Amino acid sequence: MIETAINFALFTMLVVTAIAAARIRHLFAVVMLSGAFSLLSALLLVTLDAVDVAFTEAAVGAGISTVLMLGTLALTSRREKIPSHRPTIPLIVVLVTGAAIIYGTLDMPNFGSANSPAQTGVAAEYIERSPHEIGVPNIVTAILASYRGYDTLGETGVVFTAGVGVLMLISGLRTRRRREDEEDDDEAEEAG
Amino acid sequence: MRHHLILRVITKLLAGAIMLFAFYVQFHGDYSPGGGFQAGVILAVAFVLYGLVFGLPAVQAVLPPWVVHKMMALGVLVYAGTGVISLFTGYAFLDYTALNPAHPEHGQELGILWVEGGVGITVTGVMVAIYYAFAGRPPRISDEEW
Repeated sequence: MIETAINFALFTMLVVTAIAAARIRHLFAVVMLSGAFSLLSALLLVTLDAVDVAFTEAAVGAGISTVLMLGTLALTSRREKIPSHRPTIPLIVVLVTGAAIIYGTLDMPNFGSANSPAQTGVAAEYIERSPHEIGVPNIVTAILASYRGYDTLGETGVVFTAGVGVLMLISGLRTRRRREDEEDDDEAEEAG
Repeated sequence: MRHHLILRVITKLLAGAIMLFAFYVQFHGDYSPGGGFQAGVILAVAFVLYGLVFGLPAVQAVLPPWVVHKMMALGVLVYAGTGVISLFTGYAFLDYTALNPAHPEHGQELGILWVEGGVGITVTGVMVAIYYAFAGRPPRISDEEW
């Protein structure tokens, strides 16, 4: 009962935040609202007992992303341009997609259902085997780092690739090399 | 931000605590929520906060960009290297039993520790590198416009 009330309140706040973020043209406010959105999502994940995911969402979504978006904002305009076209077609696309997604959820098992694929798949085996095979009390860590070690290596690779991509696009590594050649700073030229 | 005295003092107090919490999340990930990804982000946040308040040159004096760039690659190498060690001792790639065949559980815990360490190093490096990349570009709009 109390959990339903908490979920209801959190979802209401989530929807209000999303609508506000879509309507406000002042981008600084939108960035702050997106941070609040992430924090609310993290709270929802906590009520689902997915603490590890909530932790990540709070740290990455509400923390780093907000800072990075503020950094981006400093490089661009701080007000959204007024759209020149009418919102009818985007609205129809969103409504149709939303209806399709809601239709899709009708086939999903009920929340917390014991017969859902998440419960009947490998989860039971992990819970049963990890205490004596891995010996790590946090099963999430055991799955992440040991049973699914390949996946996590891939994820680390993805993070690394993202970092390299950003560095190649905007870090100015090329500028640094040029600066080393010339032995003086050319920031004035860079700013121009 | 030179005139924001409260921000400066609080940041100095918080930065160390944030780093300590990051290491707690990193090394206590076996027992509590968290692990390399979260710890890496939290550790990066300490540097980002310091950079936001004291400016990019101050934080880059603590953690130079070339160190950050090496960290990005080092973490992946530590992770993959753990797998290569197990390959060379006759086990499957990333089978941590290889690290202590007499006590497979200890091997698993050691492997998870190394692997999570690798993840943490890479994530810290990437997050700080991305922050440096964004913050290092000259802004188009001045502070007064805010």
